[in-house]
Amino acid sequence: MNWSEFFAMKGYGLYVWGSYGMALSIFIIEIVLVRHKRKITLQQLRMMRDAGVEE
Amino acid sequence: MAINWFKYSAPTTFYGLAGKMIPWFAIFAAILFAVGLYIGFFIAPVDAQQGEFYRIIFIHVPASMMSMFLYMVMAGYAALGLIFNTRLSAMMASAIAPTGALFTVISLWTGALWGKPMWGAWWMWDARMTSELILLFLYLGFIALHASIDEPRRADRAAALLAIVGSVNVPIIYFSVKWWNTLHQGATIKFTGTSMQVAMQHALLVMFFACWAYAVAATLLRVRSIILERERNTQWVLDLSELKK
Repeated sequence: MNWSEFFAMKGYGLYVWGSYGMALSIFIIEIVLVRHKRKITLQQLRMMRDAGVEE
Repeated sequence: MAINWFKYSAPTTFYGLAGKMIPWFAIFAAILFAVGLYIGFFIAPVDAQQGEFYRIIFIHVPASMMSMFLYMVMAGYAALGLIFNTRLSAMMASAIAPTGALFTVISLWTGALWGKPMWGAWWMWDARMTSELILLFLYLGFIALHASIDEPRRADRAAALLAIVGSVNVPIIYFSVKWWNTLHQGATIKFTGTSMQVAMQHALLVMFFACWAYAVAATLLRVRSIILERERNTQWVLDLSELKK
């Protein structure tokens, strides 16, 4: 079996790779968003501390 | 040696513990995904009835199982928070919800891409699919309700009630293929055993644990931000080394 045959999945490539591709994209987007949220949270805390705001 | 488990129910200690655990779960997930996909695509044979597109099973089934499992864990944390009034439980419930919702989306999406070649339809209002769609709405409802109440502790309690009431949907999803005549196929892996080929079983199992490790890593990373946000007026947060620069 060669690679082009493998990716063709006997004509079902769109369905198979569409599934795994979507799952992978969702995982990547989630990781990016969660890491971004951490960065923003830390930034806000620094600003709060430096301003001496009690809130 | 006695371990004081309550120590870790305090956001202060859990914040540090979670930070140490995240890389391990992330590495574990990456290895398991690689192994699971290898077994699923290169060792598992082609299905006799369905052809190559059956390989969607290795993401569809683990993602669907995780969507239900995470909901029960979320509802469990929500209930703990409601009963014992522990802050961390409610924060964990909030941290799990987005990851659970995303696994539900993966389940529905891969189900559609599997349904098309198998049944000729992307979507049917079949009991299994409809109840899984309701699960997505429950996750979104939990997130939206929590976000709509300004006072965090009140938001925790209101969202917890929704999560607990909504958990009745999980057994409905699970047993839907038994209780109703569904287009969706019945369970392949039952409590009594399975007729599935061994390599397929292994791939499914490994992919399930990969999804689980991923979900733990994502949840812990998210809960750390939630802890910081909600404990921002405390001295230990301001003393954190992450904030020094």
